[in-house]
This record gives sequence, C-alpha cells and structure tokens, in this order.
Amino acid sequence: MSKVRLLVGTRKGAFILSSDGKREKWDINGPHFAGWEMYHLKGSPAEPNRLYASQSSGWFGQLIQRSSDGGRTWEPVGNKFVYDGVPGTHQWYDGTPHPWEFKRVWHLEPSLTDPDTVYAGVEDAALFRSTDGGQTWQELAGLRGHGTGPRWQPGAGGLCLHTILIDPTNHQRMFIAISAAGAFRTDDAGKTWRPINRGLKSQYIPDPNAEVGHCVHRISLHRSRPSVLFMQKHWDVMRSDDSGDSWQEVSGNLPTDFGFPIEVHAHEPETVYVVPIKSDSEHFPPDGKLRVYRSRTGGNEWEPLTKGLPQSNCYVNVLRDATAVDSLDKCGIYFGTTGGQVYASADAGDNWTAVARDLPAVLSVEVQTLP
Amino acid sequence: MIRVVLPAHLRTLAQVGGDVEIEVEGNVTQRSVLNALEARFPMLRGTIRDQVTQQRRPFLRFFACSEDVSHEPPDTPLPDAVASGLEPFFIIGAIAGG
Repeated sequence: MSKVRLLVGTRKGAFILSSDGKREKWDINGPHFAGWEMYHLKGSPAEPNRLYASQSSGWFGQLIQRSSDGGRTWEPVGNKFVYDGVPGTHQWYDGTPHPWEFKRVWHLEPSLTDPDTVYAGVEDAALFRSTDGGQTWQELAGLRGHGTGPRWQPGAGGLCLHTILIDPTNHQRMFIAISAAGAFRTDDAGKTWRPINRGLKSQYIPDPNAEVGHCVHRISLHRSRPSVLFMQKHWDVMRSDDSGDSWQEVSGNLPTDFGFPIEVHAHEPETVYVVPIKSDSEHFPPDGKLRVYRSRTGGNEWEPLTKGLPQSNCYVNVLRDATAVDSLDKCGIYFGTTGGQVYASADAGDNWTAVARDLPAVLSVEVQTLP
Repeated sequence: MIRVVLPAHLRTLAQVGGDVEIEVEGNVTQRSVLNALEARFPMLRGTIRDQVTQQRRPFLRFFACSEDVSHEPPDTPLPDAVASGLEPFFIIGAIAGG
C-alpha cells in the first residue's frame, strides 16, 4: 500500500508526518532542528529518501541539511551562497539603491531527475544551483543580470525568490517568482531569463504595463500541462495559457482575491485551490472562517470547502509554501497555518481533518507519495 | 589547548556536549581560534562569522576573561588566561527575538 510523508517546516523546527494511503492516522516525528526556522524541506522526485532542508536563524545564519534516509538522520552540507561577480544594487523600500545581501534560503527545488541537483531560491532574490548534493552552490546569474534587477524592490517579507517550477516535459524551461519583482522564465536551463508579467495589474504600480514590480505570491502548474500556469498575486488570482507570456484574471466569485498559496489538483489540470485572506493589512481569513476555495473550471467559478475547517473565530494565515497535493487517488491536499495546525483532506478538499494542531507557526508543507 | 564555549544551538550542530578544546598554532587571536574551530567543525562555517567577509554575525558576541572583546580587531592577541587554557573563549548569542 502507498504511503504519504509530509515535510513540515515551522518557525521553530521541522516535523515529518507519516501515514498510509488511507491518510487517516498520522505519526508525527520531530522537532528536527528544534528552535531553528525551517523555511522549506523538499524531497527528490528521483530518489524520495533524499531530502533537502533550509535551516536558518537570526543568530547563526543559513544552513542546508540533507538526509539520505527520508529524514531519520541529517547532515549539514554547503551553506556558502555568494552572488556571482559584483552583486550591484536593487531598490530599497524607499526607492533608493540597496546592495544585494544574502539573507536566507526560502525554497529548495530538487531536480526531477538527478538527486544531487537542487535549486535554491534566496533572499535577496537570486537563484542558486548545486550539482553535488548541496555541498557547493553557484548562482544562475542570468536572472539577476538580465536587466531589470536594479529595479526590483522587496515586498513586506523581503526580496525573496520563493517559487521554482521545473517544466516536467522540458527541463530547459523553468519558472520562478519573486516578491515583489514578478515572474520570470528561462528556456535554456537558467542561462537567460525574461520577465513574464504581461497582463498583471498592480494598483501600487503607476504604469499598467510595468515589466516588473508585481508582488507575485505563488505560481503553480499541472505536470501534464505545464504551459498553463496559475498565480496567486498579492491581489488577484491569475491564469496563463501560454507559459506566462500573457495573464488573465480568474478571481471570479472569490470573497477576496488576496492570498498566498495556489495549488493544482494532481489529476485534474483544471481543478485549482486557493485560500482567500481578507487583505494585505489583515492577514487572516475573512469573517473568521477558514475556507479553501476550489475551482473545477480553471478559475472564475469557485466553491468554498469548509467541512472540518474552523468556521468561527479563526484568524490564522496560510503562507505561500504551506500547501501541497499528493498523487494518490483520490488526490490528497494539505496545508499548514501560522497557528500551528496542519490540515489534510484525503478526498480532494471535500472533508478536512487537523492532523497536527499545536505546532509552531507553519512556514511550509510538502508531501511525498511513496510506494 | 584553547577552550571554547559555544551557544547551545551550535553545540547541537557540532554534536558536542560541552566546552570544545582545540589546538591553535601561533598567536591566539579571535581569528586563529575561529579558524581552528571551523577546521575541526566544518559545519560551523558561516554560523559565527560570514564566510566571505569574515565579519562576526551581528547577534553574536565574543567574551574573554569577563570582557566583551567583540569589537577588538580579529588579530589582537586574546588574554594569556585564554591562550593558556585557564579561561575559556565564550561565543554568546545575544538575547533577542523570541
């Protein structure tokens, strides 16, 4: 029978939750790296027991941890992230030039085929790659160097590269997203990049056709149809049918189109999930009701999913890397909250159960479907 | 033999239970102590000082013989009591955050 493993990063350590394919009973293992901020953990699709984890602290900086046994044991690997050449400047919040400074790794994305190759999205925004299992890191400098970098400006959470998507049908193509610069695409395995933000409207940018400056919170795609992208922007839920060359709004009947994560069903490319949040100044669900919204039409028409989720006095947030879907049938969907709950649905969102209730604030959730 | 006291999180990371004892060749300074410490415990690289600039991480402090030596130049000799192993070299995390 299949198994499922959740990799949960929190403000004070990492937790590994395991269940069989029924996804009814869960074992919680942790905390790993107790007391450290665990921004993200992810397993290699090519070798599922190979895990990578981003461990950081305001005191001690950034570490990268690697496991070869599914998270039972870990070893620290390379943590030297040095920008290529003279780093130059981006814009600070007040519009003045500010030197690029490495702060932390937000997201780790292992290669789809090689367990020793892994990408790291960092703050201040840049993309790094390791081809030796995380021992050494090299910047893919064509991203920062393509021309718009000096105009990038941090969002409230920092100038972070938080999303890395590898096209499963064409490994030369990758998508990344940066708050608050926007989305970018490479078609040559990271050598050159271009902004893909046409159609995004951001009221805080005077130029309606601005090439960069958009606060993209998350992008998602379905592996069978990677030219279709879904985006949760600061405000607005967006869709692209041409690999990001153009975007259309699909917020439709959502109660609010502010939010952080966006996820696509494992087997239904037109089924999409978001978690609406009241506003950018009130980072909690509207009306104190924690609702996941599902569209079965690729956007515009959304239904609330509430069974098993708190429907009163709930004021948690769900961060951008804190949702995941497994590949079982029926598709499982998972999310973690800033209140320390991890919710799971084994039926594509129809019914939810809290599989952990009192963890530290959840920063990220990934899921592995294991044989 | 130089004794070094690490913050709890770095003891866990280095997989040591208490004070660390290290051999330092030549002058005993902040730099030579940290070089020897990182050579013996490579996982500590970058956690105490920046790997490129060698600057002390801002929320850490260095103490020797009850004195805060954090702002001393890194090649200034540490007190004889530290160099002889009588007193430890303290690496201390600032009280900050939550």
